[in-house]
Amino acid sequence: MINRKHPTIARGLALAFVAVLAGCHGGILDPKGQVAADEKSLIITATVLMMLVVVPVIVMTLAFAWKYRASNTNATYTPKWAHSHKIEAIVWLVPCVIIVFLAILAWKTTHRLDPYRPLDSDKKPVTIEAVSLNWKWVFIYPDLHIATVNQIAFPVDVPVNFKITSGSVMNSFFIPQLGGQIYAMTGMMTRLHLIANEAGSYDGLSSNYSGAGFSGMHFKAIATRTPAEFDAWVKQVREKSSRTLDAAAFDALSKPSENHPVEYFSSVTPDLFTTILNRYMSNHMVMRAPGKPGQLADLKSGTCTPVAKE
Amino acid sequence: MFGKLSLDAIPFHEPIIMVTLAGVGVVGLALIAAITRFGKWGYLWKEWFTSVDHKRIGVMYIIVALVMLLRGFADALMMRTQLALATNGHLGVLPPEHYDQIFTAHGVIMIIFMAMPFMTGLMNIVVPLQIGARDVAFPFLNSLSFWLLVAAAALVNVSLGVGEFARTGWVAYPPLAELAYSPGVGVDYYTWALQIAGVGTTLTAINFLVTVIKMRAPGMKWMQMPIFTWTCTWANVLIVASFPILTGALALLSLDRYMDFHFFTNDGGGNAMMYINLFWAWGHPEVYILVLPAFGVFSEVISTFTGKRLFGYASMVWASGAITVLSFLVWLHHFFTMGSGANVNAFFGIATMIIAVPTGVKLFNWLFTIYRGRLHFTAPVMWTLGFMVTFSIGGMTGVLMSVPGADFVLHNSLFLIAHFHNTIIGGAVFGYLAGFSFWFPKAFGFKLNEKLGKAAFWFWQSGFYFAFVPLYILGFMGMTRRLNHTNNPDWTPWLYLACVGAVLILLGIACQLLQLYVSLRDREKNEDVSGDPWNGHTLEWSTSSPPPFYNFATLPVVHDIDAFTDMKEKGIAYARPACYEPIHMPKNTSAGIFIAAFVGVAGFAAIWHIWWLAVIGLIGVVASFLVRAYDDDVDYYVQPDEIERIESAHLKKIAKQA
Amino acid sequence: MSTHVNPAHSAHAHGHEHHDSGSSTVLGFWLYLMTDCILFATAFATYSVLFQNTAGGIAGKDIFELKYVLVETFALLLSSITYGFAMICAHKGNKAGVIGFLLVTFLFGALFIGMEVNEFHHLIVEGHGPNASAFLSAFFALVGLHGLHVTAGLLWMAVLMLETRKRGLQPRTLTRLSCLSLFWHFLDIVWICVFTVVYLMGAM
Repeated sequence: MINRKHPTIARGLALAFVAVLAGCHGGILDPKGQVAADEKSLIITATVLMMLVVVPVIVMTLAFAWKYRASNTNATYTPKWAHSHKIEAIVWLVPCVIIVFLAILAWKTTHRLDPYRPLDSDKKPVTIEAVSLNWKWVFIYPDLHIATVNQIAFPVDVPVNFKITSGSVMNSFFIPQLGGQIYAMTGMMTRLHLIANEAGSYDGLSSNYSGAGFSGMHFKAIATRTPAEFDAWVKQVREKSSRTLDAAAFDALSKPSENHPVEYFSSVTPDLFTTILNRYMSNHMVMRAPGKPGQLADLKSGTCTPVAKE
Repeated sequence: MFGKLSLDAIPFHEPIIMVTLAGVGVVGLALIAAITRFGKWGYLWKEWFTSVDHKRIGVMYIIVALVMLLRGFADALMMRTQLALATNGHLGVLPPEHYDQIFTAHGVIMIIFMAMPFMTGLMNIVVPLQIGARDVAFPFLNSLSFWLLVAAAALVNVSLGVGEFARTGWVAYPPLAELAYSPGVGVDYYTWALQIAGVGTTLTAINFLVTVIKMRAPGMKWMQMPIFTWTCTWANVLIVASFPILTGALALLSLDRYMDFHFFTNDGGGNAMMYINLFWAWGHPEVYILVLPAFGVFSEVISTFTGKRLFGYASMVWASGAITVLSFLVWLHHFFTMGSGANVNAFFGIATMIIAVPTGVKLFNWLFTIYRGRLHFTAPVMWTLGFMVTFSIGGMTGVLMSVPGADFVLHNSLFLIAHFHNTIIGGAVFGYLAGFSFWFPKAFGFKLNEKLGKAAFWFWQSGFYFAFVPLYILGFMGMTRRLNHTNNPDWTPWLYLACVGAVLILLGIACQLLQLYVSLRDREKNEDVSGDPWNGHTLEWSTSSPPPFYNFATLPVVHDIDAFTDMKEKGIAYARPACYEPIHMPKNTSAGIFIAAFVGVAGFAAIWHIWWLAVIGLIGVVASFLVRAYDDDVDYYVQPDEIERIESAHLKKIAKQA
Repeated sequence: MSTHVNPAHSAHAHGHEHHDSGSSTVLGFWLYLMTDCILFATAFATYSVLFQNTAGGIAGKDIFELKYVLVETFALLLSSITYGFAMICAHKGNKAGVIGFLLVTFLFGALFIGMEVNEFHHLIVEGHGPNASAFLSAFFALVGLHGLHVTAGLLWMAVLMLETRKRGLQPRTLTRLSCLSLFWHFLDIVWICVFTVVYLMGAM
């Protein structure tokens, strides 16, 4: 069970503890982009705010229980005391006040961190179309006419606009160190806007269980140090492969496979992503019309409009 | 002839399952042999299986809950073991096609077949006694509800040996749960088991609502109902309002699977989001159905063992009511990441946070009940204090995830798993276990062993933190739920720790089983002679332990929230009335068993597409129902001399002890 | 020690003793109807979400024949009125009247179901069955759910007619007639919603 390379449990524990203190290496407390950093600070702010009530409650629980233990006959005992307007007012008011602050925080950050909101940047964003399949991610760069499986790259400090759908069951597109996730669903396009502010190779995954091969549904998101490095990666994709991702190639990819290796496609059929979306007839939905942030995902009618070609 | 059923459906190639089945078979045969050897079949059938007595039905509910707890916990142990083994590129012992069934079964069993029956069992035993009633409004329906649950639980357990269970997670989201991606019978086991259990639950809720509306003791005003009865009542309101949504959603999923409809399919214009919305419109109220009665238990325990009135009774009632209403306005927080707009997400996030207000009020009220009381550290109190600390943390992580911006990174992670186990174990289960040891003497006439009860608490409590704090941390480290194996050295130690936690909880459960054995052995020493072992406040403690089948020889007259304390203070607690009047009681009936058995057969047949058998099952249901409906011999009168005899024996016993 | 029994209270208590007593049964049945109401609400919600998802096939306005459905609707509405007459007879103790009006109610209900089955049959034969699109799935499920309820009501009515004939108007039979009355009127109200939401709004 534990081989030699494997740290012993004790050493592992110590290491992990240090890792947690140092900010959870590789997790959501180790953000490498603005969105993720904002989400981390939101978690910390909200937690501290709630601690204002929770810690006193825990302390009071233990203190009251100890002080009013049955053997402590010195403590006051008022068996019929069961009502006090003052205390009741306080116990309703204190949680209310905390919740008001949290609600304001939630309202503001929900709008600021809305995955559909394009990020403010003077750089031209990279657009990546992502399709979840059993059990791999297919990525299309519509502007560069290349496609990959289970690997993406983009330059550091450049916003990345993801358009996401699914070719099989529901998944959730998630790069923990860069920020929040969004579902991938057939016949629907969801959006996500992320940015990396530090170069590196980050783990990406599906966080919504999708069947037997789910555990191996990983990809790498490479944030290159410079635009030139990104260009080199694009060049590499074009040179390493001479294949085109067309409908036939996509159907071949759609067959279930586990722990799928990285694949490159030097070209892509135009509008393949829209074709995939439209494959599920009359279920063409954009969760929200692009460019209209804040518009509700009206399931009843508004969303059932065909995907407009952008 | 047998639809999809053939010998291939039995997983002979799965050693784990076959060994389990063999074990179940041996234990089952031993049980059957023992019952036969001691000639107890007649007793069990006449006194228990066909009983319409709410106390006995309650006990049977809790037995089912405990058996299913063992099954669900075995699943949990296997999952933790698998994840502790399958690290750093190892694949562990459970392949996905088996492991995925285990986590689905674990969720379904723990929520629908452990927590729900445990809560229903406590409610059955306690609520009629607390309101001074002799039974529930519809005793036969109560028996039917219970046996429907048994039929559903049987289906879940049959899936272990015949066919498979769903591999979809306990939520069974389409399109994964559709025929295209789940062609086996697993999802059908899931839908039919939930449907049958759901109907039983709905009938129970209706039954108990009518009971508290129509059958409260003379003088008992609404705002004098004991707090546990109140929280159960709110939970029943939630059941009546939410379970039909689950029934509807699962029926639509079944239509998709059986008759090629297109509600949630990828093709034909289906919309899977509709299922997800419907599921959580039930699913969120469901967690409050589980936890509100537990809140009621804590209130009863704290006020009893501090020897004090409950602080802020009215606040407690209305806080529970507020939670009931709000729980219907928050379902979308289960899928902030489905692409709703910021306004929608923010609305549901804030609505969720608002639930923290009434919940916080409850915590403060418990605190101020302890304040200036005389707290006896009994096992139920330990569970309650453990709950107050643990649930505060679980509530906090819950509110954290109600902030959509935070949920975007915490959704579907192990942080979420830790959160809801924190509230369901630290809230609901601790409450049921507190209620179990609190009311055990009432149901059986002797107290549980206190030492083993406390040992169980400490194992559960420490095991809980060992098992779930690592999951919080793993969630922060980016580990998602339902993974079969991992390959990240940073996660490994935490997965080991979580496994240790599961073993600690196992020791806690072992202590509880030992506690049952030891307490049964020493039952004469721990006998509850007076029927009031804890100096209780409410009417259930005014009866003998266990109470006579008619509960109250004369119906009590209520003047106060703490009706029994009031009677004790006025010196009329054990008063003997001038004479006894005949009591009208329902007769036992086997109709519930037969109807539920036919339902179970029809469900099994539907799962395997054995249509002739399904038709027979349905005809059986209707026929046995009609037989019951036109049975005129359903009730009788208990005569005063018999009441006199039972009551005198009890009063004599009390006098002798005094 | 006081051992008195308050006579007023014991009289009050007496009413509580009866299990399955009429008023409790009717209240319980009413609560069941509320759960049924939510089941229908689920079906309505699903229908309103899916009614535009026609998968390129036909939509409501292509298949709904309002005149035909109007006849169906009147059959059901009239059956509610005749059920009302049956209940008036029941409270007067007029056994023959009860059976007679129940029979008329039954015939109207059977007419309704017959017409509905006929409508479904035509749609399926023409290739517009529930498998054709999400819209048709939702349509068949919602209207079919109501139809199943009416069918169950008809069976129940048949049983109660027999019961009334054989046993007369005992309290238990009266309670059951009251419950079926609630059920029948409830289905009427649901149908008005179906007629409005599915047929009227769909045909527009």
